[in-house]
Amino acid sequence: MNGKEHTSKIYNRELQEIKENLLYLGGLAEKAIQNAMRSLLERDSGLAREVIEADDRINTLDKEIEERCIDLVALRQPVARDLRFIATAIKINAHLERIGDMAVNIAEKAIPLNEEPPVKPYIDLPRMSDTTQAMIRKSLDALVKEDCDLADEVIREDETVDNLNNQIFRELVTFMLEDPRTIHRALLIMQISKNLERISDHATSIAIMVIYLVTGRNIRHGNRAEKSFQNDI
Amino acid sequence: MVTLLSDNIIEIKKVNFYYGASKALTDVTMDFKKNKVTALIGPSGCGKSTLLRLLNRMNDLIDGTRVEGEVVFEDRNIYDPDVDPVEIRRRIGMVFQKPNPFPKSIFNNITYGPKLGGVKNRSELEALVEQSLKQASLWNEVKDILNQSAMMLSGGQQQRICIARALAMKPDVLLMDEPTSALDPVSTAKIEELIEELKKKYTIIIVTHNMQQAARISDYTGFFYLGKLIEYNPTEKLFTTPDVKQTEEYITGRFG
Repeated sequence: MNGKEHTSKIYNRELQEIKENLLYLGGLAEKAIQNAMRSLLERDSGLAREVIEADDRINTLDKEIEERCIDLVALRQPVARDLRFIATAIKINAHLERIGDMAVNIAEKAIPLNEEPPVKPYIDLPRMSDTTQAMIRKSLDALVKEDCDLADEVIREDETVDNLNNQIFRELVTFMLEDPRTIHRALLIMQISKNLERISDHATSIAIMVIYLVTGRNIRHGNRAEKSFQNDI
Repeated sequence: MVTLLSDNIIEIKKVNFYYGASKALTDVTMDFKKNKVTALIGPSGCGKSTLLRLLNRMNDLIDGTRVEGEVVFEDRNIYDPDVDPVEIRRRIGMVFQKPNPFPKSIFNNITYGPKLGGVKNRSELEALVEQSLKQASLWNEVKDILNQSAMMLSGGQQQRICIARALAMKPDVLLMDEPTSALDPVSTAKIEELIEELKKKYTIIIVTHNMQQAARISDYTGFFYLGKLIEYNPTEKLFTTPDVKQTEEYITGRFG
């Protein structure tokens, strides 16, 4: 959608509106993770419940964006870049909606965790959360700027999050072995960690779709080395 | 550019074309694949129809035109002086934008060409009429009214008469110049389905202003602009990830 405008101004505006709605949805999803994690780290169950309630809005917007995309396909028969944009928008939309669900999962785990004393101070979890939020932001920036290099950065950061997740798992296992009373809490934290790891996978998928939008090349399901846009050239 | 392969039926090499002093085609090189549908698209005046007419020397009929380069059909440049344009037009048939049946009976429309070509035997002509009308998916609609005037048929039927008339000459290639632009959606769908069927036996080259039509029915698409071939690619490729920015601007409606 960069470059020249459509001869049809309405068509142009419709495409632009879909993009703006996606970015708005992205903002909501990012905020949801941020609040879900804050509800855990600051032991604020009220905030956790807000996250769960706010998901309705994400779901409504998800449906609305998808409907608009399908209408546009039916009415405008987009081709080339416009077609790739719509295909990309439909997929990114679904990823963002899933990210919202993950935030709800995290908030749901935070509520029981906040009832009990912490197993240990949270160190890696906030780092993981910051990285995943940055990944979402960056993947959407990449969409706005149609910037493959930025998308590539996101794809590479996925590994950092995977490593953090593994590290948290190992650490929690030692806690559980030492004191079985921590098992319930440790398992909840493990699930939160896993949710963050999956959010980073969604952000990675968004980045991959941006590369498809810009270049027309689909690098999904490659191994990590192949996934890199740089290596793909 | 599509590489030269043995399955090319026509190869255009560095063709320039002039209407008097004005140049309508510049340095066009492209190949047409046997038993495929190739669509030529581009804005008005881009040279696509000129190129189509060039392929069976229809431009010869316009005064002051001039061709440079080669149009190779079966190892021969069809513009060589010893080539008979009438023979070329028999092998490379044409269907026009507006249905143009002769003001004669359906039967005589189909047999007009073959008779000129020397076919006299009545049963042979009848077989040819049936075969051609069947190929044009028109037989069931007109088999009982073969002696009625073709002018009484609907626009869509008239266009299929014209296709049947072209097929009766047993051509190798069928050129179509916006064959459905004067037809309603149902007749258009019938012609499109027919094209799908015809490519089993014939090679089809079609000029169309309707890009969705090009996308629906063609295997290859060439995009022309200001007399130049800007991009020539398999149709899926051209409509999803065109190589050239100008193509993208045109097909997405960002031109001008």
